[in-house]
Amino acid sequence: MAKNETTMEKQLTRMDFASDQVVKWCPGCGDYSILAQVQKVFPTLGIPKENYVVISGIGCSSRFPYYMDTYGFHGIHGRAAAIATGVKLANPELSVWIVTGDGDSMSIGGNHFIHLLRRNVDVNILLFNNRIYGLTKGQYSPTSPLGKVTKSTPMGSLDHPFNPPALALGADASFVARTIDKEPKHMQEIIKRSHKHHGTSFLEIYQNCLIFNDGEFDRYTDKDKKADNVLTLEHGKPMIFGKNKDKGIHLAGNNPRVVSIGAEGQWSVDDLLVHDEHDWIIASILSHFTYREDLPTPIGVLYAKAQSVYEELLDDQCHQAVKLYGKGDLQKLMSEGDTWVVK
Amino acid sequence: MPKTLKHIDDVTIRFAGDSGDGMQLTGDRFTSATAIIGNDLSTLPDYPAEIRAPAGSLAGVSAFQLHFSSQEIFSPGDNPDVLVAMNPAALKVHLKELTRGGIIIVNTASFTAKNLKLAQYETNPLDDKSLRDYVVYPVDMSRLVAHACEDMGITTKTVERTKNMFALGVLYWMYNRPMDTTIKWLKQKFAKKPEIVEANTRALQAGFNYGSTNRIFTTNYKVDAAKLNPGTYRNISGNQATALGLVAASVRANLPLFYGSYPITPASDILHHLAGFRNFKVKTFQAEDEIAGITSAIGAAFAGSLAATGTSGPGVALKTEAMGLAVMTELPLVIVNVQRGGPATGLPTKTEQADLFQALYGRNGEAPIPVISARSPGDCFAAAFEAAQVALKYMTPVMVLTDGYVGNGSEPWIIPNVADLPEIKPNFFQGDEDEAFLPYKRNPDTLARDWVAPGTPGREHRIGGLEKEDGSGNVNYDPENHHKMVTLRDEKIKRVVEDIRPCRIIGEQEGDLLILTWGSTRGAARAALQKLLKEGKSVGHMHLRWLNPLPQDLGGILDKFEKILIPEINLGQLAQIIRARYLKEPHQLNLVRGRPFLTREIMDKVNELTG
Repeated sequence: MAKNETTMEKQLTRMDFASDQVVKWCPGCGDYSILAQVQKVFPTLGIPKENYVVISGIGCSSRFPYYMDTYGFHGIHGRAAAIATGVKLANPELSVWIVTGDGDSMSIGGNHFIHLLRRNVDVNILLFNNRIYGLTKGQYSPTSPLGKVTKSTPMGSLDHPFNPPALALGADASFVARTIDKEPKHMQEIIKRSHKHHGTSFLEIYQNCLIFNDGEFDRYTDKDKKADNVLTLEHGKPMIFGKNKDKGIHLAGNNPRVVSIGAEGQWSVDDLLVHDEHDWIIASILSHFTYREDLPTPIGVLYAKAQSVYEELLDDQCHQAVKLYGKGDLQKLMSEGDTWVVK
Repeated sequence: MPKTLKHIDDVTIRFAGDSGDGMQLTGDRFTSATAIIGNDLSTLPDYPAEIRAPAGSLAGVSAFQLHFSSQEIFSPGDNPDVLVAMNPAALKVHLKELTRGGIIIVNTASFTAKNLKLAQYETNPLDDKSLRDYVVYPVDMSRLVAHACEDMGITTKTVERTKNMFALGVLYWMYNRPMDTTIKWLKQKFAKKPEIVEANTRALQAGFNYGSTNRIFTTNYKVDAAKLNPGTYRNISGNQATALGLVAASVRANLPLFYGSYPITPASDILHHLAGFRNFKVKTFQAEDEIAGITSAIGAAFAGSLAATGTSGPGVALKTEAMGLAVMTELPLVIVNVQRGGPATGLPTKTEQADLFQALYGRNGEAPIPVISARSPGDCFAAAFEAAQVALKYMTPVMVLTDGYVGNGSEPWIIPNVADLPEIKPNFFQGDEDEAFLPYKRNPDTLARDWVAPGTPGREHRIGGLEKEDGSGNVNYDPENHHKMVTLRDEKIKRVVEDIRPCRIIGEQEGDLLILTWGSTRGAARAALQKLLKEGKSVGHMHLRWLNPLPQDLGGILDKFEKILIPEINLGQLAQIIRARYLKEPHQLNLVRGRPFLTREIMDKVNELTG
């Protein structure tokens, strides 16, 4: 959460955040929905427009800053997290948003991704996960499932995929969430939550690539399938899903499984796991629903915890140093140690 | 026994011992005491890449050379006049460079059968007359420090570790240095361990007394203060000076300093120094890797800071794509390369000048950046300051080339007056409130684009690595626009020449031979020049501070000499540039050994060429 939330002189609207550039994603790309939701949410956050900075790496998703009428930086492949760190450390008043893809942040930028999370710089990550390389025209990505047939893997990919929320939790992320491109209302709500979180927020967005990986998330987006395959998380509520709200997650030992609840069944709501977004173990269990056919995919906030924020600790040190040694005096600094005069 | 006091002008001492013997520290202390006396001095630390190679081994020898004089000097000296060898390995490694007839002070206690074997001595050199051409002072330092500390009740190990202070004491007596600054330093350094202060002070005093009373030492020496330019001086290392130069630039530009860096030898000290300046609001960021070091700095530059990153050659290799990003986004950025031996991991702790091509050309596409080099430890201050000036004025990354020798070496430095340092005006957008802001609109003189930091209302804009449309900065793939932008970026860097001082030749202004140098080679070349001029040679010396762009009048200067000699610690990188740019055929002197040139080597080459 940026510190500078002030009453706005003028109420901003969605159009204030649309730049004059023509959006060049493929028609029907999931990125359009994400752009629309971000443009809808930004005016509502109470942040002066000039304090938004959108920073990206390389890939289809990373063209995002050009379409936002905010300060923006289209970086180089994988480095958005590091660029954003520099921006936020230099000016903590800014509201910094990283837009990245599964190749950009899980592969070439994997190192920056994990280190940003552990440092807990107060920035927001929007990971557009389409499980494919789009801009390089269709190679498998670090989140493509094992065996994925693509241009670079005609006989199927050999890599086990990364599981982004699990990776984030492993890197000690303080906020981990997921949403889906085709759930605009949910996405808006979670973007707002991401913004409110104090520290690095990590939001994975399942995003359909119409050209190279169409249908990857159909289970979670098709009208007749999604209710049975998506688990919408709510803090403090039992994990219920299904078209008729008759399914739930029961924890047998450490193993989650789907059970039917209802009048005739042997299971009731009381047997279900209750979501606690502050519980790392629950978040960890939920994160491993990814790639499981027998479990629904959780969306919403998997995990949120309070943790010290890097740039605030840094500013504290600066203030402390001034208290201890006085405000920096260059002449004094240059004259430190033994000196002598030549006449 | 009466002792004689001799006046001499010039001494080079080398301290050598095991990596754990505290030779760097001993050298530093002697340097401080020497600086206070007012001698001119120049130092060359020489340590292994391994932190503590096996004790007593040849690989584990660490050394520190110090050249001091009552005259102005330019280099850390060729061959030492005095070698302090704390063990057989140190003697073995360094004896061959000792001046014939020079002084050897050894700790005899370390000349055990085991250590002799580790140093690959078949017989004890202290007994076999192999040192008969030298003046050898065998001193049982271990026994003498034990004696000095015997009533203190501290461990033998602690006592043994004070023997470097004993050696220092002997040298203080021999060269008439005051001990008080060292004692003061010990008290500060070990404030919480009074017994360590006491033991080391006793060892130091014992060494001094040993020199003055023991009859093996017959002579001590006096080296008068040098006639240096008037001013207040301190001793400064290159990395320290680089750090101060960056802080000074941030103060004079009234911008906060951000330094993103990943630890690497021999550049890490810059990060260490800057991390201590939090009360200047200096934000140091130890990044997860070299790439994050520079890209975080690029982010900070975008956000309106004076941004810098520092590394050594292998780190620069990792930063090259990001350097191109800084060229494309036209953001001010200072990149410091403390060069070391390469390629790959190379010689991490040794010096080299082989990253010149990397600095000039090591990026994809046409990506010119200004390159400045530091000629000496103290000059790192001015080089870093100037680099920041140019970066902020022209909105460009600037590379500062120093090297292991300049970065770790030290010399007396005139402390500048803050008020005398030029004020730096960053190229912030100056337009009226209603004037449209075009991110790639340029200053007609410098071609710099205007800088607007996020947080400025009404000036929201996007920059990035894709080609920009001239003026608007929008993404643009038009062929003619690309050619125009490539040309504009090139022209902008060429205009930096306006800020470069004209060439200055030292020595003969025209004649038989011009020695042309860049970076740290200047020291040995200048020392050689002085001697060559005394010998009546028709020689001049021209030192290049900026490698890109080159000074406007360089071509004319090259024409004034029959021959040009370019000594470089590489295989002829500047020579190739001079050849290509001015169609000259310079002579080369290239010795790539991980250490600075000796004065004599340059003199020999000049003599060979001038007959």
